[in-house]
Amino acid sequence: MMNHIDISSVLRQTLACDLYSNLVTRPTGAAVRGQIELMLGESTDRALTIIDFTQVSMIDISCADEVVAKLLLRYVSDSPPNDAYFLFRGVMGDHWDSIETVLERHGLALVIVHEDRVQVVGVLSDDERHAWDATYRLGRANAADVAAELGADADDPAVLRQMGDALDALCRKRLVMPVDGWFVAVGTPRG
Amino acid sequence: MTTVITVPPSLDDHSFEQVLEQVAPLPPDAKLLVDARHARWASPYGLTALLTLAQTRSERPTFAVPELEETASYWARAAFFQYAESVYDIVGAYPKRRELGESNVLLEITPIGKSDDVHSVVGRVQERAQRIIKTELKLDPKAIIGFAMTLSEVCQNIIEHAGQGGWVAVQSYRWTKRLGRRVVVIAVCDAGLGFRKSLESSPGHLASDRWDDAAALEEAVIRGVSRFRDRSRGQGLAGARNYVGRWNGKLSARSGTARIAIVPSWDDDVPLAEGLSPFPGAQVQVIIPEAVSGVPDR
Repeated sequence: MMNHIDISSVLRQTLACDLYSNLVTRPTGAAVRGQIELMLGESTDRALTIIDFTQVSMIDISCADEVVAKLLLRYVSDSPPNDAYFLFRGVMGDHWDSIETVLERHGLALVIVHEDRVQVVGVLSDDERHAWDATYRLGRANAADVAAELGADADDPAVLRQMGDALDALCRKRLVMPVDGWFVAVGTPRG
Repeated sequence: MTTVITVPPSLDDHSFEQVLEQVAPLPPDAKLLVDARHARWASPYGLTALLTLAQTRSERPTFAVPELEETASYWARAAFFQYAESVYDIVGAYPKRRELGESNVLLEITPIGKSDDVHSVVGRVQERAQRIIKTELKLDPKAIIGFAMTLSEVCQNIIEHAGQGGWVAVQSYRWTKRLGRRVVVIAVCDAGLGFRKSLESSPGHLASDRWDDAAALEEAVIRGVSRFRDRSRGQGLAGARNYVGRWNGKLSARSGTARIAIVPSWDDDVPLAEGLSPFPGAQVQVIIPEAVSGVPDR
C-alpha cells in the first residue's frame, strides 16, 4: 500500500490558515506530525508513505525536529505503531540544512527522491550505506547478493555476517524492507 | 525623585551598556526618565532594548523623544513609539506611523508572545530579505532561507524560555563606523527568565562551582544545552550559530550580567564579557555583513 502526504496541505489544515507556507516553530511541527500520525494510524498493513515537501517554502530546525526526527524516531523504535516506511520527496537544499541537523542530532537516516534520483541520507555506517546502495541497485537482494555486488567474497561467512548485520540495521532504520526472505530498499521502483 | 537616564547619541548593543550602568544602582521601583533627546541613531538592538528596559521596571518610566526630527521619524517608522506608548509615559512630539507611509526597514519592531507571531514575522520578512540579501549584501541565494530560519529560531527562544513576551526587529543599513559595509541585523530582546534561570529550571540541573550567567550562556549558545530533558531541544541557537559562521556574521547573546559572542574576523568584540550591569531576560543579536567586493564570503 502506498500513501502520499503533501506536507503543505497538512500545514494548511493544521494552522487553519492559508497565509503561511513555512514550516516554522515547534508547536506547528508537533501539530503537523500529529496529523501525519493520524493518517498513518488508519493503515494496519505495511505501507510506504511519500512525505512530500515540494510546496513547503522553508522548514526551521525546531519544526524539522518535530516533523521529521520525531516521526522517524517513533517508527525506528522497538515497538513501532505500524509497519510504515517513508520516502521523502521535494526536499530541496533550502530544507536540507534543518533536516540534516536533526538527523545528525538523533543519529537517523532517511530516503529521499529528487528528480527521479533516490538516495539515502543521514547517519549511517559505511557498511550500511554501501549495503543500501547495493540493495537499491539490485532491486531485491540477500546478504550474498549484496556482498557480490560490492565485490566482496560472497562465500566468506564473515563477509556474509557483516552484510547481514548491515541489512538488519537498515531494516530497523526502516530504509530497507524484508520481503519474502529478500531485502528491498525503500524507493526501489516496482518492477 | 526622578533619575534621568541619558541615552547615548548612537545607541547599539555596546552603547546600551551605558544605559544599563546608569540604571544598575537604582532600585526597581525608582522613577526613571529615559532621556533620548540627544539620540541621533539607534540599531534594532538599541530600540528593542529600550522597550525591554521599561518592562523591567516596577514603576512606569518616562521617555523623552529624540529632538532631531529625522531620528524621531526613523524611530517612528520602526514602530518604536507605537510600542513605547504601552510601556513608557512619553514626553515630546513624534510622528505617528500612519503619517509616515511605507517603512523601508526589513521588519518593524514586532511583539513576540506566541507561536503564530513567529509565523507572521517569518512570512513578512521572507520577501524583503530575499531582495536585500541578494542585491544589497550580495550573498549567495542560499543565505536567504537560512536567514529566515535563524530569525525563526531566535524568536522561538522567547516563546520557549522567556516566560513572557519580547520584541524583534530586523533592519538593513550601511555600518560605516565599524565595517564600512552593509549589514542586516536581527535583534530579539525580552525581559523574561534569562538563560541562567531557564537552565536552572531543568529537572536535572546541577549547578557547577562556576555557575553564573556566563556559564549559562556558554551552555546554551556553545553547547546547545536546553532546560528540557528532551535531547531534541537546544538545536535552535546552534543552528543560528552555524548560519552566522557560514556567512561570516556575528551572533551575540546577553543575559543577566554576561554577554557571549561568536566573533568574526572583521570585529574586535570579546567572545565573553562578564560582570556587566544586570539586565533581566535575554537579548540576542545577529549581524550578517555584505560580501566583500561582491565576492561571496562562502
